[in-house]
Amino acid sequence: MREDVPRPEIVYDLQETNYGVVEKPLTFRERMYDNGLARKSLVLLLLICVWEIYAIYLDNPLLFPRFSETIKAFISGIANGIIPERTWFSIKVLLQGYVIGLFCAGLLTAFAITTRIGNDFLETLTATFNPLPAIALLPLAMVWFGLGTASLVFVLVHSVLWAIALNTHSGFQGVSQTLRMVGRNYGLTGPRYVLNILVPAAFPSILTGMKIGWAFAWRTLIAAELVFGVSSGAGGLGWFIYESKNLLEISNVFAGLFSVILIGLIVENFFFRWIETKTVRRWGLQA
Amino acid sequence: MEAGDFQSRLLHVAGVTLQYKTKDHLVTATYRVDFSVFKGDRYVILGPSGCGKSTLLKAVGGYIKPVEGSMSLNGKVISEPGPDRVMVFQEFDQLLPWKTVKENVMFALQASGKLRQSEAAERAMHYIEKVNLARFADRYPHTLSGGMKQRVAIARGMAMEPAILLMDEPFAALDALTRQKMQEELLQLWDDTKFTVLFVTHSIPEAVLIGNRILLLSPHPGRVKAELNSSGIDQLDQSGRKLSDRIHDLLFTDKIEESEEVVP
Repeated sequence: MREDVPRPEIVYDLQETNYGVVEKPLTFRERMYDNGLARKSLVLLLLICVWEIYAIYLDNPLLFPRFSETIKAFISGIANGIIPERTWFSIKVLLQGYVIGLFCAGLLTAFAITTRIGNDFLETLTATFNPLPAIALLPLAMVWFGLGTASLVFVLVHSVLWAIALNTHSGFQGVSQTLRMVGRNYGLTGPRYVLNILVPAAFPSILTGMKIGWAFAWRTLIAAELVFGVSSGAGGLGWFIYESKNLLEISNVFAGLFSVILIGLIVENFFFRWIETKTVRRWGLQA
Repeated sequence: MEAGDFQSRLLHVAGVTLQYKTKDHLVTATYRVDFSVFKGDRYVILGPSGCGKSTLLKAVGGYIKPVEGSMSLNGKVISEPGPDRVMVFQEFDQLLPWKTVKENVMFALQASGKLRQSEAAERAMHYIEKVNLARFADRYPHTLSGGMKQRVAIARGMAMEPAILLMDEPFAALDALTRQKMQEELLQLWDDTKFTVLFVTHSIPEAVLIGNRILLLSPHPGRVKAELNSSGIDQLDQSGRKLSDRIHDLLFTDKIEESEEVVP
């Protein structure tokens, strides 16, 4: 049996100030470890070391040039202006396809979210075309648009459009009922409703779609250039890689691949990261 | 109907039956509900869960069309959502996460075409100060507590200066201490501006405190059980009973089994 022992009430008077450490700066090592860039650089450095060591061990520059050779080829490629020129050509085509694809995806999804038939339309189209590799359309595109930028843009649009549309659409569908009602409460309808409520609310998904679309576009473009090579006297990075292989300049092949990777990293880590910090992270939609 | 009576009537709900479809059933939420809200009323709709009170409020908001009966605001039939009936929801996610506190309030004013930028900013700050959030005007909603978010939502609703403010259990998701504080603040705001509010709740003490007129709905489907006056204090009436006890008896005595129903 529990006995009721009388206990006095206690109220403390918090006057003491000797807490010891309340706030103390972190050491250099701790701060470095918290820095994502530093950690990733370390990983990259490790990979480069593995590459260099393996290449030295293999000792066959025609199969696998050393990292230092690749960098040398890359730097000389930049110095004589070939790599920047080819990169610029690729990016120009890429941006055309990407922007057109983005625009079409926006139209399609806006149509899909506001009408039922639009929804069916988009679902059927994505189900049909999304699994179709863009590169498989290239022969057809060449017949339709000839050996030029137009064919490249066509396959790029195809590769970008469905990825962005699919993500945007699922983002729209995930917008909470409350936010929708808020939007309608203030008299928003049609395009204003889509732009002011749905697009920002679904922005994390839209951004994911844009990232996937970007990667798809890059892959498709390089592959298309490898397949159909030069067009109208100028080629992009894919063509540069193909050409260098034919000339057995393997270090240039690697330099070309290196450029593709580098641009991908820059776009992902600077451009998309910048958009993220300005939008979804600041809004608390994404940690 | 007298002419004076007709004029002071702001919202008139006449014989409204509301139905909605779930996957398997057609559910009648309310059946032939009549009531009128006068200007300056703090009109509370009270009932247990399943009495269709939220559905009724959404219908007044214009989100649901009645299958029978009519609703009119200032003599105009309600057919769609509009900025003359601003809704404050229970959910914390009713604020636009991509806008700061001030931008959220301004957005409402600008989206509805009520005010232009500079005037909107001025009025937004006025109402943000009224709910004591001036220090947080430039913060994003995700950095605020639940109570603060609800205050912003109330400020946004009030800044619109709608004919009637619709509140759907706005304090239900708050902790008890914050809720009590918010109830007091709402009454304080009402004392300042005498706005008209239609307030849905399932809490009897809240209804007694907030409302000057309380509509009791019975569950499954919602029908009007009574319309009572409240002075804001739970005092004894002529028959010597407290208002809250009367409400409790009206809602629960004849349907014991329903009040004990377990919600899955």
